[in-house]
Amino acid sequence: MTRISVTVDGVESTDEVEPRTLLVQYLREARGRTGTPVGCDTSNCGACTVLVDGRAVKSCALLAVQADGREVTTVQGLSNGALHPVQRAFHERHALQCGYCTPGMIMAAVDLLRETPDPTEQEVREGLEGNLCRCTGYQNIVAAVRDAAAELRGAS
Amino acid sequence: MIPVGFEYSRPSTVEEAVAALAADPDAKVLAGGQSLLPVLRLRLAAPTTLVDLRDVESLHGVRVAGDDLVIGAMTTHDEILHDARVAEHAPLIAAATATVGDRQVRHLGTFGGSLSHADPAGDLPAVACALDATMVAVGPNGRREIPAADFFVDYLTTALAPDEILVEVRVPDTAGWGHRYEKFNRMAQAWSIVGVAALVRRVDGGVTDTRVALTNMGRRPVRATAVERALTGTAGDAGAVTAAAGHADEGAEPPSDVNGAADYRAHLSRVLTRRALTVAVGA
Amino acid sequence: MTATQDTGTREVGTARRRKEDAHLITGQTTWTDNIQLAGTVHAALLRSPMAHARIRVDVSAARNEPGVVAAYSGADLADELAGLPSAWQVTPDWVAPEHKPLATDEVRYAGDAVAVVVADTRAHAVDALDAIEVDYEPLPVVLDMERAMADDSPLVHSDAGTNVCFRYSDTFGDVAGAFADAPLHITRRYVQQRLVPCAMEPRSVVVAPVPAAGEYTVWSSTQIPHFVRLFLALLTGVSESRIRVIAPDVGGGFGSKLDIYAEELLTFTLARKLGRPVKWTETRSEAFQATIHGRDQIQDLDLACDADGRIRGLRVNLLADMGAYLQLLTPAIPLLGRAMFPGIYKMDAYEFGCVGVFTDKTPTDAYRGAGRPEATFAIERLLDELAAELHVDPLEIRRRNWIRHEEFPYDQIAGLTYDSGNYEAATARATELFDYAGLRAEQARRREAHDPVQLGIGVSTYTEMCGLAPSRWLGDRGYAGGGWEAASVRLLPTGKVEAVVGTSPHGQGHVTTFSQIVADTLGVPFDDVEVVHGDTAAAPAGLDTYGSRSLAVGGVAVWRAAQRVRDKAKTLAAHLLEVSEDDLDFDGGSFAVRGTPGATKTIQEVAFAAFAAHSIPEGFEPTLSADFVLEPDDFSFPHGTHLCAVDVDTETGRVTIRRYVAVDDVGKVVNPLIVEGQVHGGLAQGIAQALHEIAVYDEDGNLTTGTMVDYTPPSAADLPSFTTDRTETPSTTNPLGVKGVGEAGTIASTPAVVNAVVDALRPYGVTDVPMPCTPERVWRAIHEAQGGTS
Repeated sequence: MTRISVTVDGVESTDEVEPRTLLVQYLREARGRTGTPVGCDTSNCGACTVLVDGRAVKSCALLAVQADGREVTTVQGLSNGALHPVQRAFHERHALQCGYCTPGMIMAAVDLLRETPDPTEQEVREGLEGNLCRCTGYQNIVAAVRDAAAELRGAS
Repeated sequence: MIPVGFEYSRPSTVEEAVAALAADPDAKVLAGGQSLLPVLRLRLAAPTTLVDLRDVESLHGVRVAGDDLVIGAMTTHDEILHDARVAEHAPLIAAATATVGDRQVRHLGTFGGSLSHADPAGDLPAVACALDATMVAVGPNGRREIPAADFFVDYLTTALAPDEILVEVRVPDTAGWGHRYEKFNRMAQAWSIVGVAALVRRVDGGVTDTRVALTNMGRRPVRATAVERALTGTAGDAGAVTAAAGHADEGAEPPSDVNGAADYRAHLSRVLTRRALTVAVGA
Repeated sequence: MTATQDTGTREVGTARRRKEDAHLITGQTTWTDNIQLAGTVHAALLRSPMAHARIRVDVSAARNEPGVVAAYSGADLADELAGLPSAWQVTPDWVAPEHKPLATDEVRYAGDAVAVVVADTRAHAVDALDAIEVDYEPLPVVLDMERAMADDSPLVHSDAGTNVCFRYSDTFGDVAGAFADAPLHITRRYVQQRLVPCAMEPRSVVVAPVPAAGEYTVWSSTQIPHFVRLFLALLTGVSESRIRVIAPDVGGGFGSKLDIYAEELLTFTLARKLGRPVKWTETRSEAFQATIHGRDQIQDLDLACDADGRIRGLRVNLLADMGAYLQLLTPAIPLLGRAMFPGIYKMDAYEFGCVGVFTDKTPTDAYRGAGRPEATFAIERLLDELAAELHVDPLEIRRRNWIRHEEFPYDQIAGLTYDSGNYEAATARATELFDYAGLRAEQARRREAHDPVQLGIGVSTYTEMCGLAPSRWLGDRGYAGGGWEAASVRLLPTGKVEAVVGTSPHGQGHVTTFSQIVADTLGVPFDDVEVVHGDTAAAPAGLDTYGSRSLAVGGVAVWRAAQRVRDKAKTLAAHLLEVSEDDLDFDGGSFAVRGTPGATKTIQEVAFAAFAAHSIPEGFEPTLSADFVLEPDDFSFPHGTHLCAVDVDTETGRVTIRRYVAVDDVGKVVNPLIVEGQVHGGLAQGIAQALHEIAVYDEDGNLTTGTMVDYTPPSAADLPSFTTDRTETPSTTNPLGVKGVGEAGTIASTPAVVNAVVDALRPYGVTDVPMPCTPERVWRAIHEAQGGTS
């Protein structure tokens, strides 16, 4: 077992983990953050995307021990009461159906907009290439991300 | 989904890391983990120790040393994409890195990790070969330099000894050269079916240097020397480019898999080499 | 009469944002795998790496591994585990081999489970699988359907004596006459490749027993909680009333969760044996092997036509791959397309034959469209080939043959009655949005210029049958169950409404859509309606969600139940206002005495009065609630015209969709936002079949494309934007005038895309590209048509 300290959605905790524990398992099982789901075992689907020190990563492609000393933000820590503009835009644009990919999609979009505040449609599509959705055909996701971008630009 | 159990070590110096590797013959280096973690999860490999290099400060970052660009092995793809020195001295690296994985993978995945993994479908090994980069490794017997051409030995196999660590990559300056990484994959997220890394230097219009290396046209990156010979010394016109590109698959032994049979890859290598050179000569 | 005409409110037809979203966008979800009950143990399955082998399994060493609670082979549980059900006996003499949840003596596909370990953690359960000893004695493997039909083929089920599951045939009209002397035949073989549904949420099951009471609560990532309860009861002998099945948040299905799976029965049995909660969640790699696959059909087609392209008759002969076993609906899937091969066209005769074949592969079953995409692909590809043969525009050849709008309702050749439609209107709108003439002109220019990137234009004018299904129709075809749907609507004392439905959504937005219907019918605010679903304790009656049935059948049931509540409220309102019901108007949620201003009762006031029951008419039952079980009259038939333009790089073979226009007619629309979303998602899956996805087995029967790395579901970067629009021709088979939309996009798009690819390459002599039209296959098609070898 290895002792790690990880801040998850603003709460720091020190835990003993097996080194083989994936970050997503740690989040779901040790920290109760089940809002981040697992969709594959090859790091393709991106459903488990979270922010580590502000950067989007796939939490199935990282060991919990690698997150030691870092700050993790999941979809459950994205908003403080009010919805984040990306969450709101997903709702307004009907950018989700079953919702399983949604946490990862939202976190990847937040990260994309950090770096590219005014993305073109193609930039959104390529920026989200690491997140698979089987329901929406992506069109409304792309629209939602661009709407959120406009709102975030207006707010800054 | 769940890896086989292993010990975890997180050294803070290269020496400690080398010692940790030497202590367990079934130990493996953990860099960004973007190739390793999926392999562990599918239980296709079961190292008994992972040596995490994240805290080895000297492996991170990019610097310029003399005429060379020096890239620390633990520098992430994302850091490379945002590094002005890479953009200036080796824009081919930046161009190819932008096509690696997806943004999440690029945040964690490292330059050295991609090279050490030596996946023939990975994009950076061919780029390193085209650039005539030099790999710098450290092991129990000290430091040694390995030319890129000798570093990639076989499928998923490098010249590194089990207790050696790739610490940095020295890249000759190619500022002012025309460059292009022409990647062909079936889906945005997918590995290259074929990729072509091309560099062309022109002096007074004439082509003085040509470097072409191919991704996924064999068990390791392939230097398309026949193409290089054919284009060098020409005026770099469309006819010369097309003629040179026709030699792209000479000597290559492309694989056949679900993404493409060997004959298709051979054909693609010629088309993509033409396209890559067309861009590279234009600079 | 439609719901909007019922009341003064106008919820139906508006793009209400979904009620479902709030918890999904914030991560406050209840996926089955999120459920963590105290004392839970975790099951992991050992799966065969061999496609066909005799097995001897020894699990004893696994029992000594850390954390292991129990380990069983198939033989250990043979007496306790019943065979899995197949509910659709398509012919009297079908072959339906026993299908045990754990193989007992033979495995018949790579992924067939041979043993189970239960441990304190998932990691321990997985670790202990390594300790199980299995002796695999290889048996001959048969993977190819035509090979499986040969007399000397290895047998998947040796005791069956054949690999043929069933033979089915039907003839309509004078086939011999239609084909005799027909001046033109379009004869083709098309292959519907094997597909993997890839719902984003892998399957998961949690079973919590109350041992002393003999009660069980089952959470399952399923489309069909009611079927799961019924079959668990039938297979275990536990009374239905002691089994509660909950489909909590379910992350997509597309048919893959329309099944009774080995792991559901196994997890239930383990929980019963061990007396504690048991959980099983599949990995994605397991899902590729152990969750059903779709399509996998060889189609031999012959279209007989007059010289001017008028269709005389159609012959269809199918080979359909069952895989190694029959799952819930496996043999029926190709037959669900039986009547749809004629498409929107008139013809004099039609012959349909289908042989279902066993192979050593993962079982197939319903995948989005289930039989209809296959049929639509065949006829729409044939129509484009016919057009090419006659050098006629593909839209023109369709006009010559399609059913005209004034001919509805139309009794088509295969015995179905198409309720309504207007193919002319949808096509006119689509060609306008697409700039069909402009793109044709550009295509001509680029052909002339020998552009290495050629433009192709593909057409698909589809119809499909949805609203599964009239119960008698199902019974006539050998299905064990019915096709009705149930709803209960309760106007609560507070004036809020609870609508309990038997459908079980997993992304379709039923909560929002049904709220709109109820809000209009009762005149209550949209936000005052709660929709309860997916829990057999709360919604005991229902037949769940598949086959584009939820609105056309379930939505009508909800509407009918709400009407009953409204009628009951009216009776009480008249009593309270001391007038005759005939003197009351209902508008905006209020009953008003005609001609007497101020004499009103809101429906909320009536609700409380019905609850208090202080003053009720003679014979009036207190409370305002009503049930309705709706038996559908008939199917409804949405239709539409899809146009696709592709750029094909003839040097690399890459296909890029440049423009995609979908004009769909799904009857009356309750929520246009949700309808559009269904179309988008359907298009993505149909395009993925056309261009990207295929399940490939190697010669030993290993699934080569067994992860998302190789199977390549498309990302946002691999798909275009779509232009969608609608025409609206109400259905005449249900009072809401609605038709289904869940599968239409998938059904329509695959042939549109392939037609476009082939159209781009006709100057090169290409007449077909097998799906998926990957760069390599496109390049090879060009290469071979140009006389090259490969």
